[in-house]
Amino acid sequence: MTTVSTSPRAASALSPRRSLADLLDDRRVLSFLFMLPALGILVVFLAYPLGLGVWLGFTDTRIGRPGVFVGLDNYDSLLGDSVFLLSVFNTIFYTTIATVLKFGLGLWLALLLNNSMPCKAFIRAIILLPYIIPTVLSAIAFWWIFDAQFSIISWALMKLGLIDRFIDFLGEPWNARWSVIAANVWRGIPFVAICLLAGLQTISPSLYEAAALDGATSWQRFRHVTVPMLMPILSIVLTFSVLFTFTDFQLIYAVTRGGPVNATHLMATLAFQRAIPGGRLGEGAAIAVAMIPFLVFATLFSYYGLQRRRWQQGSEDD
Amino acid sequence: MNDFNRRDALKVGAGAVAGAAIVANTGEALAQAGADLKLTPEKGAKLRVLRPSKFVQGDETLWMENTKKYQQQTGVEVRVDNESWEDLRPKSAVAANVGRGPDIVYAWYDDAHQYPDKLLPLNDVYSYLDKKYEGWYDVAKKFSTRGRNQISVVLGSPGSKMVYRKSHLAAAGFNAFPNDFPGLLECCKALKAKGTPSGFALGNAVGDANGWCHWLVWSHGGRMVDDKDKVVIDSPETVKALEYVKQLYDTFIPGTLSWLDINNNKAFVDGQISLTNNGISVYYAAKTSNDPKLKEMALDIEHANYPIGPVGRPTEVNLTVPAMVFKYTKFPNAAKDYIRFMMEKEQYEPWQTASIGYFSHPLKAYEKSSIWTVDPKHTPYRDTMKNMLWPSYAGSLGYASAGVLADFIMVNMVASVCSGSKSPKEAAAEAQKRAERYYKV
Repeated sequence: MTTVSTSPRAASALSPRRSLADLLDDRRVLSFLFMLPALGILVVFLAYPLGLGVWLGFTDTRIGRPGVFVGLDNYDSLLGDSVFLLSVFNTIFYTTIATVLKFGLGLWLALLLNNSMPCKAFIRAIILLPYIIPTVLSAIAFWWIFDAQFSIISWALMKLGLIDRFIDFLGEPWNARWSVIAANVWRGIPFVAICLLAGLQTISPSLYEAAALDGATSWQRFRHVTVPMLMPILSIVLTFSVLFTFTDFQLIYAVTRGGPVNATHLMATLAFQRAIPGGRLGEGAAIAVAMIPFLVFATLFSYYGLQRRRWQQGSEDD
Repeated sequence: MNDFNRRDALKVGAGAVAGAAIVANTGEALAQAGADLKLTPEKGAKLRVLRPSKFVQGDETLWMENTKKYQQQTGVEVRVDNESWEDLRPKSAVAANVGRGPDIVYAWYDDAHQYPDKLLPLNDVYSYLDKKYEGWYDVAKKFSTRGRNQISVVLGSPGSKMVYRKSHLAAAGFNAFPNDFPGLLECCKALKAKGTPSGFALGNAVGDANGWCHWLVWSHGGRMVDDKDKVVIDSPETVKALEYVKQLYDTFIPGTLSWLDINNNKAFVDGQISLTNNGISVYYAAKTSNDPKLKEMALDIEHANYPIGPVGRPTEVNLTVPAMVFKYTKFPNAAKDYIRFMMEKEQYEPWQTASIGYFSHPLKAYEKSSIWTVDPKHTPYRDTMKNMLWPSYAGSLGYASAGVLADFIMVNMVASVCSGSKSPKEAAAEAQKRAERYYKV
């Protein structure tokens, strides 16, 4: 019988180093370590503010005064608040219409840009301009464009003899809603168009050739080749677009401040108005938190709903 | 209250402390104590001041010059941030909440009453200025006082008056501005008939819309709350005011429902409207312009007090700028001394003059300033703070009043009637419901 003995000293010197090396050899541990900085950033700048916002929504915190837990009081109170309910309607209407228009026009623009044309790179760069300009600057430009007295649109239509008085773009509730949607669509189209253009360029021309050989019409090629192949990127872009539109603040704040008579107040602008100028941080946070279910629903719908593989592969849904 | 102020004032400054025993015993000496305030800025003091950005150039130019003078006289380093009007309130609110930021904020309306516990009492400065400059107007006292303390010192008010084109009114058959409501309605109808209509902001405009909508309702006897903070806006008086405004709105230029604070200025200067409510800034812009057309317009611009309504007395509200010092400041004496310095006649009058009275004073002594008589067109703005009420009239200033004002409940009520979306009774009932959310116990 042979006995192998190791000195205790040598064992203690080797085992930690060895165990650390073993640990670092473990891909799961290493991945976790590499993710730590990103995780830290997410916790500090995303999870903590979100958690704080959710907590504030359950308190009656005011500016300069810590609040106490009030349960669902803020939400209960908001359900009886006509301005809040109007802002929910406005937000859903604004997001739905603006998103549909941005995707319709963005896809159309992407298809046009996907064709061969002179100065293609230059035109693509120009298309991005609305997205590059800071929102607040374009919002101020739209404020002038829609001005009740100085609107260039009204002026041009007057000069052409098509109208006999300036259009009240921002003074009539429905006009104001459509006007801010138009501004949002103008700004959002480039983002959608460029993303979809990137998607279009990944589709292999051989698929179109095969479809053409099979005698598919343009519409059939679009319906059965382009759309399914675009769906993965479309669902991602749609998710982001819905999130950006639903939480829009700058455009409304610069153009209408939520007027006339709160007809363009979105949940984000109302949350700000109540929390900061109004001093009711708890209620403002509750309004902001009330946006989360809508956002989660929209995200799940666009992410999972549009990524159904059978549909992408040209089959009918279950 | 006075005893407290004086006693508090004596805590500041070595000279005042030395005389405290005597001062406390005689009324005359007490009065003297206020006028002898001596605040010694801390060694190496540095101040950061946040204030509203200029609406007229003279305001900012003289403010910065006065600040420079203060720095030269005291050695205190002062950094002034001129913040856009809309961003001032959020920034001061954030400072209050996080306990860091500017030492002094020249804020809006009742901001000080939203976070009174975060503010340094300014009883000594308040009391000193009260004695030296013939006392504060009642509304300035209201804005400054919270319980036994003065939590702010009012700098002044960018007052709003009726601004009109004299020749346009004359053409419409009015040689003087009407001073009652029936007269105002007739005047506006006549102006519209002549193609030179009036226009008053009805969008979510902090200054102009709040100004004339509150005046309209108060002048008929309506008010958001009574003196016990009970919401009473849904009243026959409010309904009468709203019935009146529906007729008045029909005479406005189209588009006023979307107007923010700047729109009426633009429309007036462009000659599209001949009557609105505004500060003296329109006149200032026209008078100081290099454009001959605007210079000519300046000669035609006149100002008048708001007409008196059925209640029989002035019922105006105007933007008010209270100076606040946050408790977190490391240099409380310097901060208070800076506020005092800017309110002293040597600085205040030149500053007022440079902005041709854009800011009306809260201290009675400044009624005599030559700026109010050098041009008769300035004179209506002189009594802005003398006549005005506070935005939560007749109730108290605080969380609820700030919330109601920020939520534009009064403006929205008037605007919803003007837009035709609600009847006067429905609008008053809705405003009652909305305001009760803020005033609930």
